[in-house]
Amino acid sequence: MYYIISRRTIPSLFVPFAKIIEQPQAHLVLEVHLLWTVMTLSAEAPPKATHTPSLPPTHTVTLTVNGTETQLQLAPWTSLLDALREYMDLTGTKKGCDHGQCGACTVLVDGKRINACLTLAIMQEGKQITTIEGIAQTCTDAPDGLHPIQKAFIDYDAFQCGYCTPGQICSAVGLLNEGKAKTTADIRELMSGNICRCGAYTNIVQAIEEVINQQTV
Amino acid sequence: MSQVIGKPINRVDGRDKVTGKAKYAAEFQVPGLAYGYVVSGTIAKGKITRIDTSEALSLDGVLQVFTHENRPRLAWFDISYKDQDAPPGSPFRPLQDATIKYSGQPIALVVAETFEVARYAASLIRVEYKEEPHETSLEANLHRARPQKHGVADLLKPPPPKPKGDFNTVYEESPVKMYGRYSHAAEHHNPMELFASTVVYEKGGKKPKLTIYDKTQGVTNSILYVSQVFDIPFKNIRVLSPYMGGGFGSGLRPQYQLFMAVMASLELKRSVRVTLTRQQMFTFGHRPATVQNVAISASADGAMNALYHDARGETSRFEDYTEIVTNWGGMLYPPENVTQDYKLVPLDVYTPLDMRAPGGVTGISALEIAVDELAYELGMDPLELRLKNYTDLDHNSQKPFSSKELRACFQQGAERFGWSKRQFEPRSMRKGHNLIGWGMATGIWEANQMPARAEAALLVNGKLWVSSATADIGTGTYTIMTQIAADALGVPMEDVLFKLGDSDFPVAPISGGSWTAATVGMAVHSACEAVGKSLLELAKKLAGSPFKGAKWEDIEFADRQLRLKREPTTAVSLQTLVDLNGGKAVRETSTGLPNALKQKDYARATHSAAFVEVMVDEDLGTVKVTRAVSAIAAGRILNPKTARSQILGGMVWGISKALHEESILDHNVGRFMNHNLAEYHVSVNADIHDLDVIFVEENDTIVNPLGIKGVGEIGIVAMPAAVANAIFHATGKRVRDLPITLDRLI
Repeated sequence: MYYIISRRTIPSLFVPFAKIIEQPQAHLVLEVHLLWTVMTLSAEAPPKATHTPSLPPTHTVTLTVNGTETQLQLAPWTSLLDALREYMDLTGTKKGCDHGQCGACTVLVDGKRINACLTLAIMQEGKQITTIEGIAQTCTDAPDGLHPIQKAFIDYDAFQCGYCTPGQICSAVGLLNEGKAKTTADIRELMSGNICRCGAYTNIVQAIEEVINQQTV
Repeated sequence: MSQVIGKPINRVDGRDKVTGKAKYAAEFQVPGLAYGYVVSGTIAKGKITRIDTSEALSLDGVLQVFTHENRPRLAWFDISYKDQDAPPGSPFRPLQDATIKYSGQPIALVVAETFEVARYAASLIRVEYKEEPHETSLEANLHRARPQKHGVADLLKPPPPKPKGDFNTVYEESPVKMYGRYSHAAEHHNPMELFASTVVYEKGGKKPKLTIYDKTQGVTNSILYVSQVFDIPFKNIRVLSPYMGGGFGSGLRPQYQLFMAVMASLELKRSVRVTLTRQQMFTFGHRPATVQNVAISASADGAMNALYHDARGETSRFEDYTEIVTNWGGMLYPPENVTQDYKLVPLDVYTPLDMRAPGGVTGISALEIAVDELAYELGMDPLELRLKNYTDLDHNSQKPFSSKELRACFQQGAERFGWSKRQFEPRSMRKGHNLIGWGMATGIWEANQMPARAEAALLVNGKLWVSSATADIGTGTYTIMTQIAADALGVPMEDVLFKLGDSDFPVAPISGGSWTAATVGMAVHSACEAVGKSLLELAKKLAGSPFKGAKWEDIEFADRQLRLKREPTTAVSLQTLVDLNGGKAVRETSTGLPNALKQKDYARATHSAAFVEVMVDEDLGTVKVTRAVSAIAAGRILNPKTARSQILGGMVWGISKALHEESILDHNVGRFMNHNLAEYHVSVNADIHDLDVIFVEENDTIVNPLGIKGVGEIGIVAMPAAVANAIFHATGKRVRDLPITLDRLI
């Protein structure tokens, strides 16, 4: 399988470069790329057949999610995303790619937005983790049990299938916490880590603007 | 009587979706659940000569590894594997034998106690292959193009009509003409939710009982497939899909994780979940790559007189996937001399699959760029050329349209966009080092209605329960069906509970082709009417009933009451009526059928006009769609809020198709190489700027009594050509191949 992975990896890395090669300055990029590929190759050489597979031991991991401490017995390789979804039944946090490419798994850790698929559960001990299930608790004014962002998402129809929605909402709350977004273009840029395949982007931006405007009034 | 139909009402499932309560296929927890992980093949064609699972099986927690060597004996005939959207041919059977038909083919399933163990064990499976030469390039195999095989699919996807007139002669002799060759990349649907099936296993009598949470655009399609392939009676299977994280066509056929999860569950007598990875989302159906040729000629005044449109699409070696690519010109334009042709090139890939506006957006993207080219040959404004060739007749069938407010789309769209200020010459507008271009295009999509069933029940507490085995793939089905039911029996929306996505409910077809609103809407309407008629009968039984002689036409439902139309104060509450029913709900199931007799003399379609502004960086070739207006004629709009969202989504898809989306095949290995969301580009928030939607008024009494035409596809159809035409206007460079990546511009 290691061999298989490298066979799969090499050509896929080449493809985006194929077009660049046609340009004059491209040789430098290509050389770095080749070097990297060779390093990857040697790192992924097929293992000896005598290798006996074994599983890593599990550990007691204490996670604080939405204000509640939970003790779990987890292997070190369990991502925060899988811990939430498969071990805590907090399925509001979504898996869309498992590679940090889509943003569906966005949660807040100590108020900052992160991709839960790109961090291991064991690394998040002692942190305050907030998921969509607890997002309303993070604001003092949550009429009807909804965070203003959640309410604005409903009013502006900022979703269709709803699968990217929890990640969009956590990301939007993280964006509000950052306080960096001053313009519509800022919001668009700073929300671009969350893909919405249904294409609700304009409504998402309007919903977030609505909440920002409420806050500044 | 319309109280809520036509109002911009928030989604009834909105709260569940923004709080994380909405559960998708991989999110139903059951005790003792085992996890399946699929192993994908790495060659495009050949045979597995050896598959070593011993290391994987030696891991603690691994329950079984399924391969072609230990796959249970299942249904033999192809017919058992055919689903509602199966094209002619022999459907793919996972783990059937050692044969590899395409790259990424599932070759094993590891089942373990946890997801992480299954994933690790999958990496320990050693496979040896005997490779055979493969062919995955459409361009290199165009000479093998052949007509499609015919089957039931032809009913919905008819082959092109026979040529009419004499294209060759008229084209040759015409003073103005254009010809272009257009190629489109393959694309993958990539809904955000990964394909997943959770199979809950229970011991039954002779056969086990399965409850299956499946990612599907039709639970009836999944139950049919599982029942046939695994020989389990319908009554032992229940398929549920209350929420679906995006479909766009990908869920129109049962995908292989369903087969894998059911097989493992039956063999291990346990509940099993199989979820695909994002990489594996590129290992089943996709929008086929196509090559098209379009030639149009006109007289000097711009009247089109001849049209040629051919398309070559890829398909797999085992099924003939077809779509309507070349028929649209004959539906939009009036030339007398028309040749349309469509052929397939079988390759060593998985069978393509309907993807948002299948065929339509492909064919119209080429056709509408071609019309723009003709406009520039004529020196005529592109909108003026379309108005010059405007027709109320579908020239393929020679039938009039049941309604066609495309002219209003042109007028209102052009006005909102400011089209009249456009300068004809390319490269005539700029802002700093950015070139600015304005382009437009026309769109068309079918307005179909299928048969479907629904149940309505006025419960003893006065609430209205309505159900149908349809799907809400983000389209708003929950909301619009609630609106239709509420209006049909004159109750507020909060009194209605509409349920879907359960194979125990009355049967409905797969949700696709923009037909769900009309199809299920008419079934719901009909079931509610049936309840209404029963309520009238109950009303007649009241002591001294004022309704004794009343006919159905004489009454109406409003304010939770049944009342006389001519004398609304003569009324009885629905609660009073249901109380007369001996403690039982008033329950009716009914079928919504298209009125073929009424429809047969008409062509039925939705139309659109898209206007787009692009900004192209002259040095870098980067393209930004700075604003776009889509004017839509799609019959009666049930909910302008959810319908607008569908059109916005379609516009985003159109921009994405025009500029980003491309599944890149490396023909050396025969594989889609950019199989992840970092390298398969879809539009993100920063790519999308000002989008505007106009619904023009369109009344249609032919399509169905509610006047519904559907809006799922019409939003995308015109957009890619409008973007391409705007890029031409900005740069003077005509790019006929999609996507228009910057290497094609500089």
